[in-house]
Amino acid sequence: MLRHIISMKDFSNDEIDIILKRAKDFEPIARGKKSSLLSGKILATLFYEPSTRTRLSFETAMKRLGGEVIDLGPVEKSSVAKGETLADTIRVIGNYADAIVLRHPREGSARMAAQFSNVPILNAGDGAGHHPTQTLLDLYTIMRESSLSNLRIALVGDLKYGRTVHSLAYALSMYHADMTLISPKQLQMPDVIKKDLKKQGASITETTNMEDVLGDIDVLYVTRIQKERFPDPAEYQKVAGIYRVTVELLEKAPDNLIIMHPLPRLDEIDPAVDRTKYARYFEQSFYGVPVRMALLAMAMEVV
Amino acid sequence: MKRNEAENKISDGSLKKEMRVRPIKHGTVIDHITAGQALNVLKILGISGTTTAVVSVAMNVPSGVLEKKDIVKIEDRELKETEVDRISLIAPDATINIIRDFEVIDKHRVELPLQLEGVMKCDNPNCISNTVEPVISKFTVNKKPVELRCIYCDHVISEGIAEHLI
Ligand SMILES: Nc1ncnc2c1ncn2[C@@H]1O[C@H](COP(=O)(O)OP(=O)(O)OP(=O)(O)O)[C@@H](O)[C@H]1O
Ligand SMILES: [Mg+2]
Ligand SMILES: [Zn+2]
Repeated sequence: MLRHIISMKDFSNDEIDIILKRAKDFEPIARGKKSSLLSGKILATLFYEPSTRTRLSFETAMKRLGGEVIDLGPVEKSSVAKGETLADTIRVIGNYADAIVLRHPREGSARMAAQFSNVPILNAGDGAGHHPTQTLLDLYTIMRESSLSNLRIALVGDLKYGRTVHSLAYALSMYHADMTLISPKQLQMPDVIKKDLKKQGASITETTNMEDVLGDIDVLYVTRIQKERFPDPAEYQKVAGIYRVTVELLEKAPDNLIIMHPLPRLDEIDPAVDRTKYARYFEQSFYGVPVRMALLAMAMEVV
Repeated sequence: MKRNEAENKISDGSLKKEMRVRPIKHGTVIDHITAGQALNVLKILGISGTTTAVVSVAMNVPSGVLEKKDIVKIEDRELKETEVDRISLIAPDATINIIRDFEVIDKHRVELPLQLEGVMKCDNPNCISNTVEPVISKFTVNKKPVELRCIYCDHVISEGIAEHLI
């Protein structure tokens, strides 16, 4: 059966652990050691929405494993601009490539693509829906830089619209993490999602204050408050810049705290924090490569 | 039962209260419809003001102790499975009575299916199922409370279900 990577909800704990372990094995290759594991294989990248780091880290992962990458290119110049459906595009590209990485602005697009594809689909973001490869690299970062067991984590920022944070919270609930959700009232995590998390047995605390929780957590996961998500610019102005991680704020932080961010950041983490022992967001973005290697290997290697 | 017997039955005290209109020979009685949903049931069955079918509708009929129900009776019609699926969404306690020669020859309660295909429209305007793509909407069903989750975008519909019926 084809192994598509669509949503974290499709994975069991054991499967996640296998992927994370595999990623660890790939780390030396991600750092430059030669490999020909996927030589002769072709990965197609279909990005209907701009993305640099996700696309580049998939390309890097594929090339370092000895494989080739073909790219749909800018959507405006492709058959999509002529009105081809995603279903047709997937059927065509699936006959060229051994796997397809897809980012598309519509929720559920990756799930649909999987129904039409004869090669594995790797979801690199479907609108406000899922972004499982980001979640897996977040879990990997926590595993490498902190610990997934007995984890106490605070998620900060836009918890309403941020897809990254929804997938991550779901995955963390599978690890029974103790979660603190920090956001302004307008950007709280939607009730449907909280309900799902509680069903998984997650423990959740909600607050608007970041300072108060710093002493009791292992991981501070900061997200950007995205202007484009707000229907009303005045609403955005009210919450823009309300959470700012600074060196002063971190004075109360325990030694082993780590700070993560999916990047790109705006002003939610002061650049001076980069030089502290807490910062892990650049490691986190590097870990995207070995994690995506593990997923590409799973999707394409001959066993 | 013959027609005159049936009519006698109507004049019988116990049934008179419910049988406000003439009995039907062949057809379907949808009973125990959640009060207020009769018109939505008609909509599901494609029955509008221009229908030529013989239809009677009763609304807010006292039923049980304090409860109210709606009833829809249609002559010469049997329901399709997809119609019953749709009815089960808005009237989970409804019973479908098949009438032949004035008698109830079959009675069953509607049942929510585990999955619904092509029955509802996802309420997320940005869902892939609401585009020109060749996909049919599909939901997984939670029975109590009734919650429908789009298999594509994960959105959950729990209120205003009748408005989302295709
Ligand atoms: N020939 C008929 N024409 C019109 N309506 C009928 C006819 N026969 C039965 N009904 C109606 O169909 C429904 C089911 O009839 P039935 O005799 O089984 O009643 P019941 O014993 O009250 O059933 P239930 O236990 O489902 O409430 C009732 O609403 C009844 O009024
Ligand atoms: Mg009765
Ligand atoms: Zn949907």
